[in-house]
Amino acid sequence: MRARGLRLALAIGAALAWAGGSAPARAQALVADLSNHLVAITTGFTGAEILLFGAVEGPGDVVVTVRGPARDEAVRRKVRVAGLWMNGAEVRFTSVPVFYAFFSSKPPADILTDEIAEIHQIGTDNLTLRTESTKSPEEIDEFRSALIRAKERQDLYQSEPGRLAFLGQRLFRANLVFPGNVPTGSYRVEVLLIRDGAVVSAQTTPLYISQAGVSAEVYEFAHRQAVLYGVLAIILAVGSGWLAGAVFRKV
Amino acid sequence: MQLYLPIAEMSVDVFLLFLLGGGIGFLSGLFGVGGGFLLTPLLIFVGVPPAVAVATQANQVIAASVSGAISHWRRGNVDVRMGLVLLAGGFVGSSLGVVLYTVLRALGQLDLVIALSYVFFLGTVGGLMLMESMRVILRKWRSSAPPRRKLHVHTWIHGLPLKIRFRTSKLYISAIVPFVIGALVGVLAAILGTGGGFLMLPAMIYLLGMPTVMAVGTSLFQIVFVAANVTMLQSIHNQTVDVFLALALIVGGVIGAPLGSRLAGRLPGEQLRALLAMIVFGVSLKLLLDLVQTPGDLFILLPPVAQ
Repeated sequence: MRARGLRLALAIGAALAWAGGSAPARAQALVADLSNHLVAITTGFTGAEILLFGAVEGPGDVVVTVRGPARDEAVRRKVRVAGLWMNGAEVRFTSVPVFYAFFSSKPPADILTDEIAEIHQIGTDNLTLRTESTKSPEEIDEFRSALIRAKERQDLYQSEPGRLAFLGQRLFRANLVFPGNVPTGSYRVEVLLIRDGAVVSAQTTPLYISQAGVSAEVYEFAHRQAVLYGVLAIILAVGSGWLAGAVFRKV
Repeated sequence: MQLYLPIAEMSVDVFLLFLLGGGIGFLSGLFGVGGGFLLTPLLIFVGVPPAVAVATQANQVIAASVSGAISHWRRGNVDVRMGLVLLAGGFVGSSLGVVLYTVLRALGQLDLVIALSYVFFLGTVGGLMLMESMRVILRKWRSSAPPRRKLHVHTWIHGLPLKIRFRTSKLYISAIVPFVIGALVGVLAAILGTGGGFLMLPAMIYLLGMPTVMAVGTSLFQIVFVAANVTMLQSIHNQTVDVFLALALIVGGVIGAPLGSRLAGRLPGEQLRALLAMIVFGVSLKLLLDLVQTPGDLFILLPPVAQ
């Protein structure tokens, strides 16, 4: 813990030195980094916390968005057929981030114009979710908000901004929290410096979330050597069932 | 202690899994049925993706049935010829079932079909068992002498061609009947992830007229192979078998099952059967209620399937 704190202090120091010292021509208005760019999901994984830290030059507010890799999603409306609820009409969305969270130093409505919020996809209402559905915009909106509700229930979307705190005038930090069911892949962390309703500086940092160690090997094995994996799964089950029977006959 | 499941891609409390596996093992020891029909819905409730729950369940069923199958084999309670005919049906059925599973998933109606099958089969089996055990209990109350039963009743089933002599079960019937039973149970094993014992046993006892002990031994024997086939096919087609999840459930089951069978020795048989019937019937009622009740959210997010 202590070593981690020290490392962090050094990192912030380096960031500051970089922001202040080594940019002679034009001072960089925004510098930010993550305490870790790789989240390794091992067998004991219960979720992860990553520290985002940085410094700004001059006044302004900071907004951060965290987006997971994009995937297709299908939302269906339940319909009642002969008294039973079944899945009816479907709307497919493409390029849906598997994870979304955002952080802001002030309530976003106070510092952002609608246009900027939309361009930078700040808040779940502003996520760009594409669909080829021919349904009316109102109907598509219903499916869209259902998608976001479902993602929130899985703890994968946050519709309310997380806290981004300033330490004094220049330094800021935010805790990015990822739940135990966080999907793997390559994430984008976008940090924006907002001044007078305009984005004056932006920085994008990648973050990789991937399985590591035994669980990564099991996953790889299941997908690359599906036949062998199946055979081993069967042997494992037969072996443990037989062993259990043998042990309990003796007891 | 949390355990990250590499295929389900989520972390679960490993003691919760032990508890689930143990509870199901306890029930299977107590009643002599697999209990898979209870485990699949429970796993989905915990948050395991349905596809992974069903496929992994098949893997767990192998372990749960293997020791029972071995001990019945030792006592000569396995009709190998009958088992092989059922198995031939089971392989055809479970292979069809995995294909059907993939199609239904693409149509987005997999959950409805699973729920409806559960309601229908559990409701029918549970209802019949409940009636039967009530009758036995009431009869015992009134008079102590049970009426003598015929060895088995002759029906249209005995008129079918392709008759085979099953010496161990003392039966001379058409091979078509056990083949079809095996195939139907195999389809369900693939779609629902259960061993199908709750269907197979009544069919063997009431339709084929097999002696109960022989039916139990033979059904366990063939379940091991059908579950192995499902595990294999799900591994190849869908990569949804999670060995970590299976292992945690197996460990729980290993502890629960002997406790259940110890308790079973102390309880009277009729009451035990009535209790099982009530559980089976109750589960089907609950599932039916879920289908009829207006859901909390009228929209559902389905796992994306390539078109």
